[in-house]
Amino acid sequence: MKLSHIDKLESESIHIIREVASEFDNPVMLYSIGKDSSVMLHLAQKAFYPSKIPFKLMHIDTTWKFKEMINFRDEIAKKYNLDLLVHINQEGVQNNINPISSGSKIHTDVMKTQSLIQALDKYKFDAAFGGARRDEEKSRAKERIFSFRDKKHRWDPKNQKPELWNLFNTKIDKGESVRVFPLSNWTEIDIWQYIYQEKIPLVPLYFSKIRPIIRRNDMMIMVDDDRLKINENEKIERKKVRFRTLGCYPLTAAVESDATTVEEIIIELLDSKYSERQGRLIDNDQIGSMEKKKQEGYF
Amino acid sequence: MDIETFFQNQNNKKQLKILTCGSVDDGKSTLIGRLLFDSKNIYSDQISQTKIESEKYGTQGKQIDLALLIDGLQAEREQGITIDVAYRYFETEKCKFIIADTPGHEEYTRNMVTGASNSDVGIILVDATKGILDQTKRHTFILSLLGIENIIVAVNKMDLINYDEKKFKDIISSFKNFSSEFNFNLQKFIPISALVGDNVFQKNSNTTWYNEKSLIDELEEISLNEPLEEEIFSLPVQFVNRSSSDFRGYSGTITSGKIKVNDEVQVFSSKEKIKIIKILTPKGESDFAVTDQAVTLTLDKEVDISRGDLLCSVKNHYYFLSDQFASHIIWMNKEQMIPERNYIFKFINFQTIGKITDLVHKVNINSFEKIASKFLNLNEIGYAKVALNKNTIFNPYKNNKKLGSFVIIDQFNNQTVGAGVIEHELRRASNISWHQMSINKNVRSSINGQKPCVLWFTGLSGSGKSTIANIIEQKLHKLGKHTYLLDGDNVRHGLNKDLGFTDVDRVENIRRISEVSRLMVDAGLITIVSFISPFKSERKMARELVEIDEFIEIYVDTSIEECEKRDPKGLYKKARSGKLKNFTGIDSNYEIPSSPEIILETKIKSAEELADEVILYLKQYNKI
Repeated sequence: MKLSHIDKLESESIHIIREVASEFDNPVMLYSIGKDSSVMLHLAQKAFYPSKIPFKLMHIDTTWKFKEMINFRDEIAKKYNLDLLVHINQEGVQNNINPISSGSKIHTDVMKTQSLIQALDKYKFDAAFGGARRDEEKSRAKERIFSFRDKKHRWDPKNQKPELWNLFNTKIDKGESVRVFPLSNWTEIDIWQYIYQEKIPLVPLYFSKIRPIIRRNDMMIMVDDDRLKINENEKIERKKVRFRTLGCYPLTAAVESDATTVEEIIIELLDSKYSERQGRLIDNDQIGSMEKKKQEGYF
Repeated sequence: MDIETFFQNQNNKKQLKILTCGSVDDGKSTLIGRLLFDSKNIYSDQISQTKIESEKYGTQGKQIDLALLIDGLQAEREQGITIDVAYRYFETEKCKFIIADTPGHEEYTRNMVTGASNSDVGIILVDATKGILDQTKRHTFILSLLGIENIIVAVNKMDLINYDEKKFKDIISSFKNFSSEFNFNLQKFIPISALVGDNVFQKNSNTTWYNEKSLIDELEEISLNEPLEEEIFSLPVQFVNRSSSDFRGYSGTITSGKIKVNDEVQVFSSKEKIKIIKILTPKGESDFAVTDQAVTLTLDKEVDISRGDLLCSVKNHYYFLSDQFASHIIWMNKEQMIPERNYIFKFINFQTIGKITDLVHKVNINSFEKIASKFLNLNEIGYAKVALNKNTIFNPYKNNKKLGSFVIIDQFNNQTVGAGVIEHELRRASNISWHQMSINKNVRSSINGQKPCVLWFTGLSGSGKSTIANIIEQKLHKLGKHTYLLDGDNVRHGLNKDLGFTDVDRVENIRRISEVSRLMVDAGLITIVSFISPFKSERKMARELVEIDEFIEIYVDTSIEECEKRDPKGLYKKARSGKLKNFTGIDSNYEIPSSPEIILETKIKSAEELADEVILYLKQYNKI
């Protein structure tokens, strides 16, 4: 029997997940509710079957996620009996940090990056899984699978530990941690193929439906609740749209689409001319912006 | 095309991991950019982003600089060089490619080794205008060392030499000249221009004299060795799966061969034989599993198996159990490799303390000459003997890359400082056994009415170590205790007179003293050692040679300013004037102990008072 490309990726990821469970005292899996997180969760369940996943999951809730994401999260946690923590940066909430008036940069920094750091410190996690892939963004292409973070959770791209064969240096001092990316070698099409083959449940937002949107900065933004103030020159349209990537709703652009199933999404993807991160406003703040965010502690 | 056919095609595609290497301006990033661009694996928004960046940092005038698609990190975009390993993904009709893009500079050899460790094919870029360079030789050597069987020599920038066939042939013959001793399965030469795309995807009319395949066609046709039928099954146990119920399974990734339900296998270390009951693969329960699958196995009986064990075929001749082996080592850290220093050796499913006992030679990676040396510097490669603290299972790298490779980790700063490939075992250790004597340490020391121990003084030169140690020995002598004082300066007149003051010699100095003090403790003596002993790792080594409660580390805490002021032997003055090299605290490092048993602060108390503190400690802990 010959293993296919996807079979190899699957086993590689399971190996990485088991390695973390064996070598760290207090790992956590960061669950962002998106498709990559869903694949990562599915792989973790396989890695330890028939036992339960031997670590907690954690969602960093910015309070601006789509409602459907939160519903989906809670359903999945119940269905699979997951040990799920939800962390919100209360300080940010009190200071009314939000993506609209504070701007994407401050909102992401306070409610995502700082919130994540708060939670990691609070629970003293020594390893945190993330669903990032190297094909997503140029600075991610250079990050290790086991990516070291100092006591202040910073990434130093110029001082990464060499990673050879499948031997991972898991030695850290107290207070330091690693971010682990089991999906490093998967591409977007691999993820979709796997979701299709394994019938992995996804947030309905990935599938096309008529949704209320407004047009702002050349992007279609969904009106998910009344916190999104509609300007005078804007009007709510009802469009058949879906999301290629999920984040905070005012920062996540919808795309017009007729794809209502995974098959149709894959066909659409094969024809598409735009890469998936384009739907995210945060990357284009400035050239090299993802790299800067990562150095500060962002996933 | 319907989706099922699409996935069928996807699943039939071969996965190929390739590494691009070559000298700094040979055009690696441009070539990868070209591969992504021509295979249509770049989205239009990425192209427009690259166009914006091309105007800012580009080297191709108005044209899009394909290298900028690849050079991910900000610093690289600014410096125009690739400083780390970047991974890129693209696919063609027949193949899914993962490319490791690694830097060309000699100071980034470690990054190249990292990229090569996971690659199936190496593409060596040669700049047609420059021909074979030292870097070309170095990269070829590393590919061979890391067991890469397929190489493609891509002679780039053919457009700049007017597609001159003769120059191309000259490069081939000089490549063959230096690489004759390397054993590659497949070795191809292709004239290309990454900048304009000649012979990368499409054959080009500029090189009508070239009758063979384009680069991509060549890559697609490479066949990787499929696992052989008779290959030995091996599974390093990574994780023991125990659910709350009575389930007990052993998880890991199969490193060679295959396994079926009811097969008999052995636990290699205990040679215990067991039968496979269930195989859980990522696709569910299965009758069999193959190499590279991450599985969980259940067995017919309860045996003692944990992470670090190896399950394997009952018959196998390749594996060995030993605490010593010979290996090639690539050093990856700024701090040099020091023989006899303890490091952590991490293998596929376990780690242990060990040391490099002998560096047989190092290799000049540009000329392949073997050079005698005691240590390795950053990016150097050597052939060495390694001794571990416990017996471990190995398989030479040429038989199994996963079981024959390891990384070396510094036990204090946790850096990955080196990597190695195992060549063969060394049996020496098991042939020298330890003779058990009838009169032992306890018997000897009971006559003396004392418990033997090491009082290990450490501190800067002139801190007062020897003065305090001397007073302590006098006091113990008065109490009728049997002692011996090993003084740094005195020992250097005899046992260690062949050693100087380089880091390597300092380590050997302390290693010998540690062994001597172990013998003295065994003789039942209270052993007082007064050495600067500047490095944590050697103090730890000395500590580990005796029983846990037998080692008392005493840090004589005197500041460098104070020592320099006292300067009893005039050494600081000499060091400051440059007449004395490698002087601790001046141009050689002193690592302050993090948790010594005793700290003596010389600023506050006299030597006499401090000596009494130590005597009191010995009484409190029932040593005297």
